[in-house]
Amino acid sequence: MSNTPAELRYAASHEWARLEEDGSVTVGITDHAQEALGDVVYVELPEVGKALAAGEQAGVVESVKAASDIYAPVAGTVIAVNEALADAPEAVNAAPYEAWFYRLQPANAAELAQLLDAAAYQASCDA
Amino acid sequence: MGQRTPLYDLHVALGAKMVDFGGWDMPLHYGSQVEEHHQVRSDCGVFDVSHMTVVDVTGVQAGEYLRRVLANDVARLTELGQALYSVMLNAEGGVIDDLIVYRTASGYRLVVNAATRDKDLAWLQAQAEGFAVELTERRDLAMLAVQGPHARERCAELVTPPRAALIRELKPFHGLAEGEWFIARTGYTGEDGLEIMLPAAEAPGFLNDLVGAGIAPAGLGARDTLRLEAGLNLYGQDMSETVTPMAANLAWTIAWQPAERDFIGRGALEAQRAGGGAETKLVGLVLEERGVLRAHQVVRVAGLGEGEITSGSFSPTLGKSIALARVPAGTGERAEVEIRGKWYPVRVVKANFVRHGKALI
Repeated sequence: MSNTPAELRYAASHEWARLEEDGSVTVGITDHAQEALGDVVYVELPEVGKALAAGEQAGVVESVKAASDIYAPVAGTVIAVNEALADAPEAVNAAPYEAWFYRLQPANAAELAQLLDAAAYQASCDA
Repeated sequence: MGQRTPLYDLHVALGAKMVDFGGWDMPLHYGSQVEEHHQVRSDCGVFDVSHMTVVDVTGVQAGEYLRRVLANDVARLTELGQALYSVMLNAEGGVIDDLIVYRTASGYRLVVNAATRDKDLAWLQAQAEGFAVELTERRDLAMLAVQGPHARERCAELVTPPRAALIRELKPFHGLAEGEWFIARTGYTGEDGLEIMLPAAEAPGFLNDLVGAGIAPAGLGARDTLRLEAGLNLYGQDMSETVTPMAANLAWTIAWQPAERDFIGRGALEAQRAGGGAETKLVGLVLEERGVLRAHQVVRVAGLGEGEITSGSFSPTLGKSIALARVPAGTGERAEVEIRGKWYPVRVVKANFVRHGKALI
């Protein structure tokens, strides 16, 4: 059974999004996603300053098994990326909700409300 | 639902993630593929390989028959217990499958791939016509591969004294029966270890004993990265019916002598040799930058043209990505690989990255 924290929002494409106090949105991949991928060995992150549309490809996560695209859950501009993942991609498996990928300044913070809540995301995984 | 080995329930109980592999429900990993890989390189791990096809070849012409069907020569197996790796070719010299053949008391034992079972058996049966041989598929057997530097000593502690003695004495690439078990010092990981064929009903108990003794169960995922590091081909990826052994890094498995031995495919291979050899070769690639090489990515060799990755992954032992690739025969030490639209430089090396826990590149 995968872990789906109630305080986060989710995209059906298996990213989690957390609204920070400063209004930025931190993005990572869910426990369900890391479990399906298996051991993560490489993460390709977007460039800081890049403007992303909601649902646009933002990077790639590669496990021993396969490569998977990661998407922007909401539109916005990339303001930070988690450089630590380059040397320790396995952190994505060990702590998926701490091993964030990148942080966005959302174009419209209200978009966050349109993402799935934990129950709806869990239901979409079980379907 | 796919076919299940006698160990299916135990895999599920051990927490395996089960996947389809050639029509079989097999464990991909039991939690972490990379962890299982390291276990095998540093200590030992156990794989269920019961999906593989075991065929006993008996009859007065068994040897003669196999000297016709296999590109390697079973006449080299002069003593009971010796084993040989060989390819089985079609008339065009293409690889139908690769296999291990053991010399047994009653004749020979072949172990061929699972995904190729039906076509292999049909081919073997068709070629048997005119030979006094009998082919018996051993569906009654399960097979466990216990692999790693400590595999033999750890196994020996868990079996009967005569089996333990056999495990200690067995030379590399030999296999012998002990009662209903057949114990071979062979494998697919580049490490020392055993492949043990035993009655299906005894397999869950034995696997339980192995795991109980702390030997990590390992899945097909680790099996794939281990064999890739060891530069061992996977049938269907690195070789197929459209590729000759010379283009699959397997020229060493062809027994050209004696010249009068007319094995199937010989004429085609000799023609290729006389024509200057294969146009392509199978090599190893090492990506020095971050990223992961994958099967089917395009390889570009300056001045020579293009090739293709046949197997690629992240190498847990080396901490970087490696691959097997089919490239133009003249390829030197450098090439480039296209990953998601960008070209990355790669080093071209002999297809042998790790042996006995040591990096070779």
